[in-house]
Order: sequence, then structure tokens, then C-alpha cells
Amino acid sequence: MYLCDDISIEFTRQPGMGAPVWRGRADSGAHLRSFADSARRTGARISAIWGSDLRKGGGGFRLHCVFGVEAGHAWLSLDLSADAPSFPDLADIFVAANRMQRATRDMVGIAIEGGDQRPWLRHGGWPADWYPLRHDAGAVPEFANEPTDYDFVKVGGEGAHEIPVGPIHAGIIEPGHFRFSVVGERVLRLEQRLGYQHKGVERLFIGADLARGAKLVGRVSGDSTCAYAWAYADAVESACGVEPPPRALALRALMLERERVANHLGDLGALGNDAAFAFGLTQFFALKEQWVRVNQALFGHRFLMDCIVPGGVAGDIDADGLTAIVEQCTTIGVELAKLRNLYDEHSGLQDRFATTGIINSDLARELSLSGMAARATGILLDGRAHRQGYTPPPPYAALGVRPATDERGDVAARVAVRFDEINESLRLLRQIAVSLPVGAIRAELAPVAGGSGLGVVEGWRGEVVVGVEFDVEGRLARVHPHDPSWQAWLALEHAVLRDIVPDFPLINKSFNLSYSGVDL
Amino acid sequence: MIPLLRHIFRTGILTEPSQDVEAGAQRELDRLQGEILHVLGRALTIREVDAGSCNGCELEVHALNNPYYNLEGRGIKFVASPRHADMLLVSGPVTKNMQNALLRAYECTPDPKLVVAIGDCGCTGGVFGESYASCGKVSNVIPVDVTVPGCPPTPLDLLRGILTAVARQK
Repeated sequence: MYLCDDISIEFTRQPGMGAPVWRGRADSGAHLRSFADSARRTGARISAIWGSDLRKGGGGFRLHCVFGVEAGHAWLSLDLSADAPSFPDLADIFVAANRMQRATRDMVGIAIEGGDQRPWLRHGGWPADWYPLRHDAGAVPEFANEPTDYDFVKVGGEGAHEIPVGPIHAGIIEPGHFRFSVVGERVLRLEQRLGYQHKGVERLFIGADLARGAKLVGRVSGDSTCAYAWAYADAVESACGVEPPPRALALRALMLERERVANHLGDLGALGNDAAFAFGLTQFFALKEQWVRVNQALFGHRFLMDCIVPGGVAGDIDADGLTAIVEQCTTIGVELAKLRNLYDEHSGLQDRFATTGIINSDLARELSLSGMAARATGILLDGRAHRQGYTPPPPYAALGVRPATDERGDVAARVAVRFDEINESLRLLRQIAVSLPVGAIRAELAPVAGGSGLGVVEGWRGEVVVGVEFDVEGRLARVHPHDPSWQAWLALEHAVLRDIVPDFPLINKSFNLSYSGVDL
Repeated sequence: MIPLLRHIFRTGILTEPSQDVEAGAQRELDRLQGEILHVLGRALTIREVDAGSCNGCELEVHALNNPYYNLEGRGIKFVASPRHADMLLVSGPVTKNMQNALLRAYECTPDPKLVVAIGDCGCTGGVFGESYASCGKVSNVIPVDVTVPGCPPTPLDLLRGILTAVARQK
């Protein structure tokens, strides 16, 4: 199959039960660029970029690019030389490629031909010519951890000044640095510098077994543990040619929807709080607490960590458990309707939400945005739902997911989409609970030497992508987890531009992006 | 306004001398809570520092503020600046890229400068351990008074850890 009519790259569909992935190879950097260019013109998004070192097996380096296309995802690989690996800059085609390329360069040592050359994940904690994901990297050479300056883009003009924020922020959130350029209260530019959460996750995967890999991937971004564990499981199962039993797939969806509801409930409360409506925080956090306590009672973990494993799920649920889930969906649904009414009727709250932090659908497409934030600009993109030319993976194909959208693109839209998505998830949970297939919850699985696979899951923020490669001994050679926040961080830089500095916390919370998920 | 007040009234007080805590532990919590006032003579203020976590620990720190655990009702509150804090609540592992920021936050914190390291990663380095990018456990970077293991630790474990650190100050 050719995904772009004018580019001669043949794609074949990867086996497995996960979201549809099409694999192909580019012959050269120019070939990759022409595919990217053609894909961009047909409305594709850049989903992920990473590199791997294949020199151990006698090869060179390899660059992986994943594009979100109509039929699903196109996974394009490009082989690079062992001596002087480099790849063409794609950031002029896909803006979101910029930071992913720089991270690839920092981690694997593949040069970017032109474009932005600033380091991204490396802040000075290790030497510039030492690359953690090279198989022969060894220990870090003796080196002082001295933070380097970052070359932020300067905004000039009379009265323009900078406000540096972070890495430690005022609230209980992850660290990152925001550099605002302002005139008075008006934000002229926001530039982020992330990477503070970089704890070397990708290197830990190298040589790990499947169980250790599952443990690690579930801790890439704790609030999305189900999405990562499922995407990793999809990738591993595709590589090993194993299909998890139907009951396992349904239980995975049940957990993923519970994760979505938990996070949306928390965000709705926090959004109220950031608009000085503490009532919202109290009410929604109470609902979230009730929600995660049921997780603890049924699955043994409040946030469902380590519940989804390669081959299936770790634990089963009985009839009483299913009844508890259905009953809770009803009670939470009733409370949610009341709270939504109170939010909608509160003029002070709506005044802060409406027309704040706007991004439109053109910008969302330009930035390859996915997930909740993209749907809040009116884009009907949800990996769980049918669309022209795309069939979602089981069990979603049979559930008939109705994606929530709102065309306003502001904080109010992201609030509305969260409310709608909770309601849809409650419906899905009831449906899964009453129609849960019987049978096994886990399939036997053995790693396949040299195998590889890609998993894509629609998490609560957006699409979570995990690429997996095995070495010749059947251990993990490379795992790359990709968070939807990579793209959404760019959207936040734009969303704040028409607003004033005090609106930033509210706008930031309306996206609630992961730092750990992109810093790895 | 009236629907809002009605909703608050109907919700009632959710704060529980938690059903999950056995009676003895609850008495201990109450006693420790009294000691906060005795030791500090006022509310305990905490600066939470995420020095490299997966954000799982932060989910539970947030939960401490929900009406079920009602942290502020126990005379404990989170503050924005380490200069206003009695205690640092630090999740880990401490990344190389956060090492300096954590050290500076510690230096800025006035005495008694209590430090509680939370989560398996904060206590031991956890699944991430020590590496080219990670300094591992919090105590590898700053002195730690109390550790609260768990992945992530439950809100009650966190509460117990916070109160224990205060009690040790006596």
C-alpha cells in the first residue's frame, strides 16, 4: 500500500490487535523529506521521532519517524551510516519535529542537517560528545554537573522584559522552565525549556526483560500509566505475534477509561481552583478520591499501575466488581451533571474560561496536536473512534465511541470536552461491564529475537506511542515511549499569546501536560 | 448562589478519621497533629519539590488536599516558596538536571529544614536508580529526616511521614 500517491514507499500493515500501523522504509534523507512533505500536504501529523543504534549487529544507526495519517500511523525508518550518521531537518515541514530531533541527537548522537542545533535534554549533566543510547556508551566520563545556559529567543523593543519561571514552580507540579517575554501584563512570547525530569528512562530499557520493561513504561508518566502499559503491550505483542484474549482487551479498555475519568475529574477541579473557585477543587477531588478508591478495591492500585502487562492484564474482575463499576458510573454521572450546571451558571468562572488561551484548528494541525486539546479546537480525531478510512482497534471498534469536540479552542472548550469525555467514558464503562467476554485474561508470550513493533493508544491527553525493538537474544534493545505532550507543549506556547501573565496558570492547567513523559 | 450553597450543604463533611486507618493509628495521627502545634506553635508549612518523579507521587500529594484527608484542616499547608516552608516534601529520583535546583531550594529553607523523601524513587532511587541522568535517592543530594516508601505512597502514608518528621523535632 502507498500512503502518499506521489512517493514510492510501500507500506505493509504490522500484525497484531492494536491500532493500525503501517511500516515502510525510506532510501535516503531526501526520500524521507519528500514523504514528510507530501504527507503534510495531505493533512498528516508527526507523531514521534527517535533513533536507535544497530552497530552491535553490524549495521549503522536508524532513524524512526511515525506519522499520523488517515489510515492510522505510518512508521517510516531510515538507515544511517555507522560513522557519520545524520538526517535532514524536518522542522520546516512539521514544527513539532524540532524538539524531537534535538532529543534524538542528544540521546543517540545522530546529527541534524541544519535547523535548530540547541541541546534539548542535555543540560550540562554529561559531555556533549557522549551519547547515552549508544550501545558502547559505557560509564559517563569524569565530568562536573554544571548547568549550561540556554539560548532563549530574545524579544527586544521598548518596555519588553523577561519573566523567568521555574524549574521549581509555585504549585505541586513537575519542574520545567518557562521564559515569558512581556510588555506590562501582555505576553509577547513564551518559550519553554524542559528536560529537568530527564532521568534516563530510555537507557534503562536497553537489555531489560519484558517484565522490567512493563514496570518502567508504566512510570514514564504516572498519570497515564494505563495508556503507556497498553501501548507497550501492543508493540510487544505485535513483535511476538501474540494476540491477547478478548477479555483482556476489554479489561484494558475498562482501565484506560477509568484512568481518563480520574484525570479529567482532577483537572476539572483544578481548573475551578485556578479561577479562584475552591468549591470546584473540593467537589471534584472528592469524586476523584471515590473513583480511585474503587480502583484500589478492584485492581489493587489507586492509579492502576502494573495492571496491564504484555499478553493481557495482571488481574481479573468478578461479577460483584462489575456491579460496583456500573453503580459508581451512575452516582458519578449524577454528581457530574449537577457540578456541570454549577460551573456553567457561575458567571465569574465562565468569565475566566471563555476566550482565554485560544488555539484554532489550523494551528492545532500545524503543530500536529492530538487528543483532548485538538478535539477542543473542533478536530474530530480520536484513536478510539471510527473515521473515514480508519477502524479503531478492539474492543473500541465494537463500542462505537463518540468523540467529544468543541470548536471554540479556549479554556472553556477544554473544560467542556473534559465533561463530555467523562460522560462518554462512563457510558463505555457500563457497556464494557455488562458485555465483558468470558475466558482467559492473559496469553503466553515469548520474546522474538530481532522483532519490533509499535503501539498507539488514545490516552486521556492524546495519543501515546511506544516503539519496541528486541535484540538477537530476545531482550529489549530499544524502547521509545512518546507522550502527546511533545506536541501540546507547543500549543501552550501559542495559546498564551493573546492573554496576560495571570491567565497563564489557568491556560497551563487547561492542557495539564506531562513533563516526565517528554523528558524521559 | 443558592444552588451552590445547597450543593455544599448536601455534600456535607466528607473528612473522615479514615475508615482505612485502624483505631490505634488514628489516635497516633491525632496525637502527632497536636504535636505540630506544640513544636512549631503554628501551622506547618510544606514546599513540595518534584526532583524527577513520574508525577505519580504528585497525584497522591494532591489527594492529601481533598476533603477526605483534609490536610489544611490538620493545620498543614503547602506554600509556594521554600523561604516560607518548614519542610520540604521531595519526590525523586533526583535528576542530574534538577540537582542544583533542589540544592538551592534546600539552602533557601529556614530551620528546622525538615526533609521528607517520598516514593520508592525518593527513598531508594526506585525503578530508575542511579545513572548518567539520575542521582538516585533524595538523601544522595540533601539530608533527609523521614522516608515514605510506596509507588506511589498513599495519602495516609504521606500524612504519617509528615507528622513523624515533626514529632522527631521535639
